[in-house]
Amino acid sequence: MPDPASSDGLTLKGLSKRFGSFEAVTDVCLDVRRGEFLTLLGPSGSGKTSLLMMIAGFLDPSDGDIALDGQSIIRLPAEKRNFGMVFQGYALFPHMSVWQNIAYPLEVRKQPRAQIQSRVQEMLDLVQLTEFSDRLPRQLSGGQQQRVALARALSFNPQILLLDEPLGALDKKLRTDVQEQLKDLHRRVGATFIYVTHDQEEALSMSDRVVIMNHGKVVQVGAPNDLYERPETVFAANFLGKSNFLRGSVTAANGQTLSCVVAGADVHHRCNGAAPGVGELVTLALRPEKIDVAPLGDAPLSNGLQGTVSSLTYYGSNFTVTTEVAGFGSVTAEVGAWRNPHRFETGQTVDLSWQEDATVLVSEGTES
Amino acid sequence: MRLNNYWLLVAPLLLLVMALYAWPVINILWLSVTEPQAGLQNYEKLFASSSLARILWTTLRVCLLTTFGAVLAGYLVAYMMAHLASGERSWMLTFVLVSFWVSVLVRAFAWLTLLGRNGLLNGALISSGLTDEPITFVRNELGVLIGMIHYMIPYAVLPLLANMQGLDGRVMSASRSLGAGPLVTFRRIYLPLTMPGIFAASILVFVISLGFYVTPAILGGGRVLMAAEYISVQVLVTLQWGTASMLATLMLGGVLALMFTLSRFMKLSEVFGAKA
Ligand SMILES: Nc1ncnc2c1ncn2[C@@H]1O[C@H](COP(=O)(O)OP(=O)(O)O)[C@@H](O)[C@H]1O
Ligand SMILES: [Mg+2]
Repeated sequence: MPDPASSDGLTLKGLSKRFGSFEAVTDVCLDVRRGEFLTLLGPSGSGKTSLLMMIAGFLDPSDGDIALDGQSIIRLPAEKRNFGMVFQGYALFPHMSVWQNIAYPLEVRKQPRAQIQSRVQEMLDLVQLTEFSDRLPRQLSGGQQQRVALARALSFNPQILLLDEPLGALDKKLRTDVQEQLKDLHRRVGATFIYVTHDQEEALSMSDRVVIMNHGKVVQVGAPNDLYERPETVFAANFLGKSNFLRGSVTAANGQTLSCVVAGADVHHRCNGAAPGVGELVTLALRPEKIDVAPLGDAPLSNGLQGTVSSLTYYGSNFTVTTEVAGFGSVTAEVGAWRNPHRFETGQTVDLSWQEDATVLVSEGTES
Repeated sequence: MRLNNYWLLVAPLLLLVMALYAWPVINILWLSVTEPQAGLQNYEKLFASSSLARILWTTLRVCLLTTFGAVLAGYLVAYMMAHLASGERSWMLTFVLVSFWVSVLVRAFAWLTLLGRNGLLNGALISSGLTDEPITFVRNELGVLIGMIHYMIPYAVLPLLANMQGLDGRVMSASRSLGAGPLVTFRRIYLPLTMPGIFAASILVFVISLGFYVTPAILGGGRVLMAAEYISVQVLVTLQWGTASMLATLMLGGVLALMFTLSRFMKLSEVFGAKA
């Protein structure tokens, strides 16, 4: 009997893929809930495409199992799985018009002519391509091709839609628009979306849950704000947004509040898990936007460091202040440009301070 | 157009091509309406002589069958090569290319020894009891077809392979993910996408087959007379240059007409792999 709790939706059990002696995907276990927008996020080469291809049925896993609603589908060929797929580069049929591309999965399923007509029209409306229905794929822009690929993959009402970096070929401005449209589409069709990207902003803005991958392994799974606020490893903290890492040994543990010495200064951290013991080496991740930068004050800092500004980079809405902290290295802070009364200059010494709960205890992890 | 320096650089080569290529062709055209006297009497022979008509029909039939056979076999070979790992593919390519280096004469005689009345194949068939009488594989049209198809397969493989290797495999995967099995995917996606390769291979094989001369002579045993051999007999033996050049002109015209017709359906430069 399958476990009833995990029998709904897609379940990956210890999925691995080896190419010769190289392991591209290692022991991935994952429950994909029905209707959720799940993103696989990782640097290029981390095994995202390989994992997706195993789910789609184009790649045989070396180990492990894939189950849909409790039934193993590992023996089903790709065409019997009924998963929609949007490929990297879209893979539209170059010799067929937009209309024919979208009708293809319906024709293959031998649906009646009239039904195909109305369904294709419905899909064309959904992706707003009605007036392009007679064009060939190469007569369309990248964004339009991407929408045809989506319409084609959704036309047969798949339960699960797999998307491999569908926005990779679009420029930045278009990408943000399409992100909105995709999110909206997901709400309207109600299918499960499994979405692959290496773009962290995309992952944060669109997903219900994000799976961070590195070197073929799952590093951490969680809702976007969970992952951003509570990364568990140095890799996760660095890959999703930027982080400073403070390394030091614990000098005192007072309930949930730790004190450690970093570059000769006392730094306090409020844990929300098990606290490490006195004398242990710890790594604290600190987001640049959680650091307050102020001109050198008279009072000693209760929780912070002093640094010398080494560079300022302006980004319009904000700018980053990179400082050198003696005996430690560089610390980067982000300051909202609009509320910055101080005109910092390079070479100036500043106070860097933060709240006790701004830091997150992370594990080093050799690679993941 | 202004004559610039580049034209001056190319001019000697252009003249050379004109002298060595265009001039003889023009000469042939000219001969076909002037030998033995001025007029169209050479062309009238086409309608008067039933043997000429038969030769042209044989040529057309053999060339079409050769094209069909060679492109079909070439498609299978190219398909296999396109889906091999690149190391194995270069091995197979070497084997395909090696056959270019073996003389057409040697190959025709090799087929004779394999397929003749006392050849290897008949020997095996008889000794295994499958037949009592040797089967006549050669010295007839079948022999010519076997020899010509064998010779033409590499010519079919190369354009087909180039076409197949240029395809994006993800398109075929997309078809599978949309619910089409392997057969439907082949018929509706792969085959249409390899049509340019099939056209290129067919034209190449057909045009080269038209000029076949040695293979029909040896493997046809004198029973399969094709245009090229007939032309050479007219030129070398009976010295009827008029008839010979008329046939040559006819074949040239036929090929050009074929190209022209095809070019109305598709871009020929695309068929032959040139980028627009
Ligand atoms: N068919 C294959 N043969 C050998 N190695 C492969 C093959 N496909 C992928 N790989 C390797 O597996 C790793 C993961 O690839 P991939 O899944 O495409 O990563 P991603 O999509 O995250 O960039 C890469 O190092 C890649 O070189
Ligand atoms: Mg990839």
